[in-house]
Order: sequence, then C-alpha cells, then structure tokens
Amino acid sequence: MHKWGMVIDLDRCSGCQACVVACHAENNIALIGPTESSIGRSMHWIEILPYIEGEYPHIKARLLPRPCMHCEHPPCIKVCPVGATYQNEEGLVGVVYHRCIGCRYCTTACPYTVRHFNWYQPEWPKEMKGSLNRDVSIRTKGVVEKCTFCHHRLLQAREKAKAGGRDFLPEDYIPACVQACPSNAMFFGDMNDPFSMVSKLSRERRAFKLLEDLGTEPKVIYLSEGI
Amino acid sequence: MMEQRNFKSQEDAILFEPILRTGRTFYLTLIILVGVIFWAAWAYFYQYREGLGVTGLARPIYWGVYITNFVFFIGISHAGTLISAILRLAKAEWRRSITRSAEVITVLVLFFGVGNILMDLGRPDRMFNILRYPHFQSPLLWDVFSISIYLTASSIYLYLPLIPDIALLRDHGGKYQWFYRLLAIGWKGTEKQHHLLEKGISVMAILVIPIAVSVHTVVSFVFAMTIQPMWHSAIFGPYFVAGAIFSGIAALIVAMNLIRKVYHLEDYLRPVHFNNLGILLLVMTLLWFYFTFTEYLTTFYGGEPIHMTIFWIKFTGRFAPYFWGMFLFCFVIPLPLLSFNKTRTPLGTLIASISVIIGMWLERYVIVVPTLTNPRLPHEDIPYFPTWVEWSIFAGCISFFILLYMIFTKLFPIVSIWEVREGRERSVAEVQERIKTYLPGISVE
Repeated sequence: MHKWGMVIDLDRCSGCQACVVACHAENNIALIGPTESSIGRSMHWIEILPYIEGEYPHIKARLLPRPCMHCEHPPCIKVCPVGATYQNEEGLVGVVYHRCIGCRYCTTACPYTVRHFNWYQPEWPKEMKGSLNRDVSIRTKGVVEKCTFCHHRLLQAREKAKAGGRDFLPEDYIPACVQACPSNAMFFGDMNDPFSMVSKLSRERRAFKLLEDLGTEPKVIYLSEGI
Repeated sequence: MMEQRNFKSQEDAILFEPILRTGRTFYLTLIILVGVIFWAAWAYFYQYREGLGVTGLARPIYWGVYITNFVFFIGISHAGTLISAILRLAKAEWRRSITRSAEVITVLVLFFGVGNILMDLGRPDRMFNILRYPHFQSPLLWDVFSISIYLTASSIYLYLPLIPDIALLRDHGGKYQWFYRLLAIGWKGTEKQHHLLEKGISVMAILVIPIAVSVHTVVSFVFAMTIQPMWHSAIFGPYFVAGAIFSGIAALIVAMNLIRKVYHLEDYLRPVHFNNLGILLLVMTLLWFYFTFTEYLTTFYGGEPIHMTIFWIKFTGRFAPYFWGMFLFCFVIPLPLLSFNKTRTPLGTLIASISVIIGMWLERYVIVVPTLTNPRLPHEDIPYFPTWVEWSIFAGCISFFILLYMIFTKLFPIVSIWEVREGRERSVAEVQERIKTYLPGISVE
C-alpha cells in the first residue's frame, strides 16, 4: 500500500508562486476577484505564507508554501457531522462535495486553515469555461473544498498504466504544484517506500513538520536549514 | 370539579382574561413583529439565493453571529424546564405561578437555536444528510440528538401540567372548543387522573434535568472538542451550563415582568417571586464570574503564546469592547442590583436581567469569534463585522420568539391555574405538616 507524501525544500523555494498558479489551473479553483479577496474570500488550495518569527530587529522570515497537510490524524474528519470528509487507504484526505452540508465545522477545526468555503457560486468568464479541467469536478456554492494532492491524477495514472499493460509506479503520479515548481523545491511520492526520494528526504536533519506538537502527523514535510 | 360555566365571576378570572379578550395593543405589536419577521425572511431568502457571501464571514472567521445565536438561544432555553423542574422537585411553593411561563420559553426558544444553525449551513437543502449519513464522531451530531431529546422532553413537560388548564378552557365553552377538547384528552379531574398526572410530571421533572445539563454541555463540546486555542478547554461544559442557566433565569424575569404588566397579574407574580428569582440570578452571577475568572486565569498563568494571542485580543485588542462589555453587563451591573433587598424588586431584577441577557450574548460572541480570527499559522488579518443580513435574521428570531410567546398567552393560561388553586387548597396545610417533620420535639401524626 502506498502512502502519499510531499516534501517541500524551503531552502530551494524562491516564492515564485508557480505552484499556486498551476494548482488554480489544474483544480478549477474559482476566481474570486479583488473586492471579495480583500475581505478574505480568496481561495487557494496551495498558497505561499510569509512566515515571520521573532520581532524586529531579531527577525527570521521565510516563505512557506502550504497545501493541505493530509494529516495521518486529521482533526477535520472527526468533526464532520455527515462524513463528507474522509481519508482513503492511501492516506489522502478528500471531500465529498455532494454530501457536504456547508456547516464549516471542518474549516474551524483544521489547525492549518487549509480548508476553503464557497461563499458564492463559483463563476468564470465565458472565455475561460472551455479551459476548465474536465477531470476535476466543479464545486457549488456552500460547500467546503481543499487540496486533494491532485487525486484525479492518481486515478488517471492508474488507468494509463492499466491501458498500457504495465504496473502502476509511484513515479507516474505527481500533483500539479510539484510538477510546476521551477526550482525543484517540491517532491512527491510514496512515504511507505523507505528508498523513495520523499522518504529519504523526510529523514534528513533539515526535515520538520508544521505544528508537529498537535499530533496530527502531517504528510507534508518541510526542509529547512537551521531548524 | 370545575364545571362552572360563568367563568367571569369565578376565582382566578383574571387569568382567563388574555384568552377571552384581545386589545388593540396586542394587534399593534403583532403587526410590528410580523413586519420584522417578513424582513428577516427576505434577508434569509437573499442569503439562500446568493450564498453565505452576503454575511460578514470570511476565512478564517468561518463562524459568526449565527453560531453565537445558536449557543445563546439554546442557553436561554435553560430558563424554563430546568428551573421549573428544580423548583418542583425542591417543593418550592412559590414556583406555582411561574413554572408555566418558564417552560414555554424553553420549548419556543429551542426552535430558534436549531434554526440558527440551519441558517448557518451553506447547503440547507442538504440538511437531512445529517440523518442519512450520520457520523457519530462529530460533536455536531451529538447536538442533533441531545437537542431533539431535549425538545421532546421539554414539550411533554410543558404539556402535562397544561392538561387540567386546557380542560378548564374546554369546559368554559369559549372559542375553539374542538381545539381544547382535542388537547384535553378526556381530562375529568378524577382522583386517578390527578394521581397519574402528578406521577408523570415528577418523572419528567427528574428526567429533564440531566437532559438539560447534557444539552448545553454538548453545545460546549462543539468548541471544546477542537484543538483551537481557548476553545479546547475542559471547563467549557460546566461553564456553558452555568451561563445557560444564568441567561435563562434572566430571560424568565424579563418575561414575567412583561406578563405581569401587560396582563395585570400583580397578584400572581408578586415581588417575592422576583426577589427569589433575583437571589438565584445573583448566585448565577457569582458562579459566572467564578468560571470566567478561572478560565482566563489558567490561560494567563500558563502563558502559552498561541493562547495568549487570543487572550490579549480579548483583553486589550480588537475584541476588548465586547469583552469588557460582557464583563460590565454580566457582572458589574447585575451584581449590586441583585445584592440588596432594596433593589431586588421587579424593576431592579428587570434591569439586571436585561443586562445579563445582553452580557451573555456578548459572552457567546467573545467565545466564538476571537479564537477564529487568530489561527496558528500566518493568516490574513480579516475583521469580522456582521452584515445587515445577519442582524436582520437575529432581529427576526427575537421577534418570532416574542410572537409565538404572545400567541401562547392567547391560547393558554400563562399562569398554571390548577397548580395555583392546588397551592391555595392544599399546600398551606401540607407545608405546615412538612415543617413539623423538620423539627425536634414535635410529634407528627
């Protein structure tokens, strides 16, 4: 059984936001516009957080790309009253958009605030409608959504391997953000395989997880010098 | 037993007055309330059509006034059933003329608690998913169960002591005979029926207490079960229950004051009732302070940065007006008013109660919102201001509650007639006997 995980090397990340753009295009994330964005309605399944520690002049600043952590023990799943958010056997945390009642309990329970709510019906300009990704379902107003580690790409890769008459390899599956990263700061793969790239990197001395003390066991691991 | 047809001349005639006669003020109030309700309905319709974007909510403040109202209204509902049950079990004779008005609050206000959480849903059309795909790990589902049980139990508890009074109305031969006949379910006032009724009431009174306590505990669990700073607290269960009873008693005192003035029931709702309830409210004021003090002191002493951020935005930051407003209304204003005999009058307790109700709403707000504005990871600094939609729906809920309460007083006696009579006929002697059993040196026959 695979256990999918991501490693983000902060020492390599330049904060170019290519991952953010790739994610938007891949996952049909609604365009929010400047007015609504300014009051906190923007949506990004992955976003670059400015992480500032300490106070001036003893300041340490860095940029932190944050997708969903796909926790091993996700606080969001427990609280959902209708079981609309789930973890599959490969460790991916997903949302059943068609079951979600929009109570936003998961969004408040997630310590990483990665979950987004559709305040309005998502809309795109006419010109853009043709370029929406057909593999990713469009969400309606009033439901919660978040990063899926591009789960649809996993399904696609499996089908492709099957059609090609060969075994599915973990390397066949790569989320859009990882693929788009121009500075090779992002890695993706099977955490259960001790020899996979992500597995090896996650054991580096530079490796750390966000809010590790909460016991959520994120499957997104960061690398940074001086931690 | 009670087959007098000429109800005008019989005792307690004033208690039938609201049912028999309806003045112009009633209709005027009715029109205003219906107006507000329609306005709120329009606001909700607008929200339903457009989405929750019409509220002031945003990331990371996903919950606001609706959830505050949910906790607040469920809190108010603890007025009735719990207080009335405790007073009944404690054989507090002064309860007789106030239990009904308390129980009605419980049953009616519960609908608005539930209603607020439904209006907070992004997809209200899917609300039955809660029954189709229940996920028992979720505290929200525990809420669904405990509140439904509470609603059922408190409705039964309201209805049982109503039966003899409904029978009175049936025998009067006034309007809506068929309605009262149906509800009276053949009550004749026989010895056996009385015995059964008393038994039913005491069983329900005992049952309803743990249910009521569980309801607000579970409401607190919605917050306490998450790991968010200043929500993840073991004190939340009892803190919420105490706060609920606190605001509940306050709501009851306000309702009693209104009933007393509007229906001229000065003889039934006497200063002593307000004095006694005022003492109860005073106890709850102190208990509220005790809980609040403990909660904030532990946070402060521990001094964990993540908690302290929330602590300081409440004490000195953006939420300071709400926080200190809460302290003013929940403690500073009611405490002196309720402490002195001279001010523990109907008017004094009314002022204290209105203050407590405002304060407790602020308390719920100060619990729900500040925690959400400061998540652990870096975030956008989003201020939350409720929009006109949220305020309108809030106003609509209050108006609708008052409307239903008014209509109730027009259909049923708001003071339990048979219990007052029973008190007059039997309790005086009973109490005398009871006191004798307490004392040494008096033989009891």
